[in-house]
Amino acid sequence: MIEGFINNLPMITILVHAAIPLTIILVYALVAIWGERKIAGFIQDRLGPMRVGGWHGWAQSIADLLKLIQKEDILPKDASRFLFRFAPFMMFAASYAAFAVIPFSSSYIGSNINIGVFYLLAVTSVLTLSVIMAGWASNNKWSLLGGMRSAAQMVSYEVPTIATVLTVIVVSGSLNLMTVTEMQSGNDILGFLPNWFIFQNPFLIVAFIIFFISILAESHRVPFDLPESESELVAGYQTEYSGMRWAMFMLAEYADMLLLSLLGAVLFFGGWNSPFGEFMGGPAWGFFWFMLKGLLLVFVMMWIRWTLPRYRVDQLMHICWSILIPLSFINLVLVALWEVIFN
Amino acid sequence: MELTTILFYLFSVTTLGAAAVMVFSRNIVHSAFALMFTLIGVAALYVLLYADFLAATQLLVYVGGILILILFGVMLTTQGHSFSFKINSVNLIPASVLSLATAVLLIFAFTSTEWTIAEVSERDDTVYELGMMLMGDYILPFIIAGVLLLIAIIGAIVMATRLTATSTEG
Repeated sequence: MIEGFINNLPMITILVHAAIPLTIILVYALVAIWGERKIAGFIQDRLGPMRVGGWHGWAQSIADLLKLIQKEDILPKDASRFLFRFAPFMMFAASYAAFAVIPFSSSYIGSNINIGVFYLLAVTSVLTLSVIMAGWASNNKWSLLGGMRSAAQMVSYEVPTIATVLTVIVVSGSLNLMTVTEMQSGNDILGFLPNWFIFQNPFLIVAFIIFFISILAESHRVPFDLPESESELVAGYQTEYSGMRWAMFMLAEYADMLLLSLLGAVLFFGGWNSPFGEFMGGPAWGFFWFMLKGLLLVFVMMWIRWTLPRYRVDQLMHICWSILIPLSFINLVLVALWEVIFN
Repeated sequence: MELTTILFYLFSVTTLGAAAVMVFSRNIVHSAFALMFTLIGVAALYVLLYADFLAATQLLVYVGGILILILFGVMLTTQGHSFSFKINSVNLIPASVLSLATAVLLIFAFTSTEWTIAEVSERDDTVYELGMMLMGDYILPFIIAGVLLLIAIIGAIVMATRLTATSTEG
């Protein structure tokens, strides 16, 4: 029995290794859902949740979770059973699988593969399919419309996302996110600024702005939340879902926000590198800085959600195809030229 | 059993099972989603062969691109849920003769070939070599493929604009 245990040790190590991002996502989701409601409250000049748990309603998400567990798991009569049940799990699995290549600190990365960021983009493209799957399987016109919108939106915005990621790859010369982060160590720019890619090259600032707009659209956040716009499509592809299956969708959505924000932190803001060089460096501080950068981007996403109205479908497509895509390709060429001339 | 062997059988069964569902399903959208499982299974098999770049490309191009277009087409052309195939057997004799001939040919080819099984070599930098080859030895096919795709895109745009132009006039 003990021998069997030891023989299975690699498997257990793999499991423990793989569970670390899951823990981070779950804790983050509890905090972020509460945080979003508080931020929404402050922006709209109210208090947000205040009662559960005492201090500023900190236990609100836990209470919500307990409530959701008790809810009935409703399956619509004419829904496609297997696909309806499967879609939320596939959606979460796709965003969770992508966390494998995110370097959380200088000593932890799920899988140090060489195609890192390319794998991330490939795996997250499965998210689109799970949204279509949920939308179609619900057998509801709102859901189907939401699914179709989502497919069009995510396929379109994948292009500027990939183009801007490519601009960073042109500068770094590696697809491995760990290598990309290590290249941004040190504080040499103008004598004090950290060597983050956003400071290295003026065109990379443009690339970051395009990247941020595209990830807003990819994670279905306002002003691009057309697939689930409450005021016209009820809740889009989530309309027929209830209880824990709906909670899985919310979890996947928040995980996706964190994933894309962390990707932005790696590509433009130095990942786990401390902004003060060696001061407050090391693996544990690295994790702190990395999460701080990621959560700041998540905060900006929430801030935008409660500030801006939603775009129309045609405006959404216009922004992507006529503005972001040409701009990102021109920017890619300019970044490459800058690299040839100055480095 | 080795972990990789277990994974190989797991993904093979997924691929074949999903392929069977795709062929035999009466609902065309179910077929399309079954195709997704097949494509993901094949991508996983590529990973087991240390072809990581190919696996990610398979996911990005087939699952994230082509399959979504297929689903778009299927959902827009049929009436979604209520639609199912009429399973009539037409051309029963020619079809069975042809498929039998194909099966015999495939089995013959499989058994008569001397398969050399290469040792799986663990390599960690497929991207660099691929890039060097595409920009070096295979630059001409690479460029020709690019131009071909560009022509296809321009053709599609011309056709689409012509269609919308006539529809707004009439």
